[in-house]
Amino acid sequence: MKQTPQPLWLKTFTRQIQHGDVIFRALTILASLIILATFVAIGFELWQNTTLAREKFGLSFLTSDEWDPVQQQFGALPTIYGTLQTSLFALLLALPLGLGIAIFLAELAPTWLRAPLGYVVELLAAVPSVVYGLWGLYVYLPNFVKPTAQFLNGTFGFLPLFEGPVYGPSRFAASLILTIMILPTISALCRDVLLAIPNTQREAALALGATKWEMISQVLIPYGLSGILGTAILGLGRALGETIAVTMVIGNNRDLSPSILHPGYTMASIIANEFAEATEEIYLQALIEVGLVLFFITLALNVLARLLVWSVARRTPSELRA
Amino acid sequence: MQFKWTLGIAALVSVALLASACATPTPGAQPTAAPKAGSIAINGAGATFPFPLYSRWFYDYAFVDTAAKFNYQSIGSGGGIAQITAKTVDFGASDAILTDAQYTAAKNIQMIPTVAGAIVPTYNLKADDGKVITATIKFPFTAIADIYLGKIKKWNDPILAQANPDLKLPNKDILVVRRSDGSGTTYAFTDYLSQVSPEWKDKVGTANSVKWPVEGIGGKGNEGVAANVAQNDGAIGYVELAYAKQNALAYGSVQNQAGEYATASVATVQAAMSDFGTNLGDKLALSIANAPSKTAWPLATYTYLLIYMDQTDCVKGKTVINFIKWAITDPAAEKSATALDYIPLPDAVRTQVVKKLGQVTCNGKPIQ
Repeated sequence: MKQTPQPLWLKTFTRQIQHGDVIFRALTILASLIILATFVAIGFELWQNTTLAREKFGLSFLTSDEWDPVQQQFGALPTIYGTLQTSLFALLLALPLGLGIAIFLAELAPTWLRAPLGYVVELLAAVPSVVYGLWGLYVYLPNFVKPTAQFLNGTFGFLPLFEGPVYGPSRFAASLILTIMILPTISALCRDVLLAIPNTQREAALALGATKWEMISQVLIPYGLSGILGTAILGLGRALGETIAVTMVIGNNRDLSPSILHPGYTMASIIANEFAEATEEIYLQALIEVGLVLFFITLALNVLARLLVWSVARRTPSELRA
Repeated sequence: MQFKWTLGIAALVSVALLASACATPTPGAQPTAAPKAGSIAINGAGATFPFPLYSRWFYDYAFVDTAAKFNYQSIGSGGGIAQITAKTVDFGASDAILTDAQYTAAKNIQMIPTVAGAIVPTYNLKADDGKVITATIKFPFTAIADIYLGKIKKWNDPILAQANPDLKLPNKDILVVRRSDGSGTTYAFTDYLSQVSPEWKDKVGTANSVKWPVEGIGGKGNEGVAANVAQNDGAIGYVELAYAKQNALAYGSVQNQAGEYATASVATVQAAMSDFGTNLGDKLALSIANAPSKTAWPLATYTYLLIYMDQTDCVKGKTVINFIKWAITDPAAEKSATALDYIPLPDAVRTQVVKKLGQVTCNGKPIQ
């Protein structure tokens, strides 16, 4: 029997099918498209469902501190302020702390300690946020946050940032809870960044006579800076959107004073607090609009941070490699 | 070999098809006999405040009517009203009384009071000698409103001091603690404040969430309010009576409309309900705050189920109505309610509700 030769296109096609490359490629593209589609869909839904509120309040929604469900007047300024202040303050505390943990785990800790300590740090990320919230409310707040806040107020009370009176629930408390919550993300990722740096970099630095401190501060950190900033973005993202734990310790007060020791409010918490019992259309829309604002702020901060990472990444390799 | 993939997929698909074909029940196979246990699924959604009681009731009722299977989502009053309006659930539940617009949107809707809840003022205050004041603090008629309006700022304010001559109230700032989450508790509390203080009614009003004149600290849930009160010397908050009792919090007595100092209990809340019991009206929904009789506790509220007066599914409709009748009349249901510190309806109210339930129809015909 004589076999008819297959045409070339069919051959290539079947070969590709056989290897699964095309299918695999299509699946991965689909997976990434789902992310993009979800993102667009969320933005679209938020926009679509706030028509009434956007028309009624306009840009004053962003600048007004009025939030009156009875009179149906809504403004998101105090919550925007609270979200930004607590998230940035948390990042400010968590980044050096997390980097310190990462350096210890990656460079300094004895080998037998690295794995168990690493697990414990990662375990912190697995604690549900409502547990953080309840622990924060019943343990952390009275035993650590309030005394610390009272000390700050007593010592630095002349600064607007640490003005009294001190009650306990405050933007400070929320920042401290957030610090703990984003710490595992930051330290685990920073450790991976440091571990990914080729050993030749360390050897070269040590060969030049650098001490361990000099090697870490002048070679490893600059080398991994873009990665470290990247982890900071992830940490910030979690801090911006964190809801329940913050709601439980922040005091839910539309305070606008500069003092971090005062109770405050965040965008995520006002949605969590009021969405379930909001009955009027305009009220619901105002809450959804808060979500929209949070969506845009998260987006904007991420883009900004990404730009920062890029500018750092462009600069590092050639200039700073040992 | 190149067809291995295709073959494999074809095999998988056919197996899946076969399986789903087997799972589909053949229509009309079951003859209409007595309904199977748990076969009538009733869906409800709404208020969180009565949720512990309702879930208890559904559990108890499963023994009374084995066919009924209740499923209740405690998504909040707002969600409950929205879902019953959209008819995606068989009944709704709300702590707040429907607005006129909501009545119009959900044509033929009926509010059915099931139980009442009481709100109590709770506080944490140390006297000048450093000892926590455990005695009951008396709050004169408008004192709570004035505290929450920011007009009474200190614990030794003459108004409070005069009402509590035997307590040495200290010269301390009052820290106001209130609910941060939208809640029926806040609705009941602000309803009371609006009734006793025209200024409150004018400036703030009654709602599940309001714009607080003094924002103080907002705690999430009863537990958030209680924890913030417990952690701050000089704090005052409001929680449900059930929560205060179960957690042994100190709570005050309040001067009612008749001028007497009342303490929250089943008897005093039922007195408040009875005060308004004769004129519940067609809507069966009204405020029971600031009741006039001498023994009445002034900070109380009904919680309601929402049903349509004309049901579209007769089997479900009958089940729902029977359940509600059982819940408000059966001694076992009443026992469950009092065990969880909810206040059962007094007789005067109960007869009106039962009468109303008798008027519910299904597609225009009387049920049963």
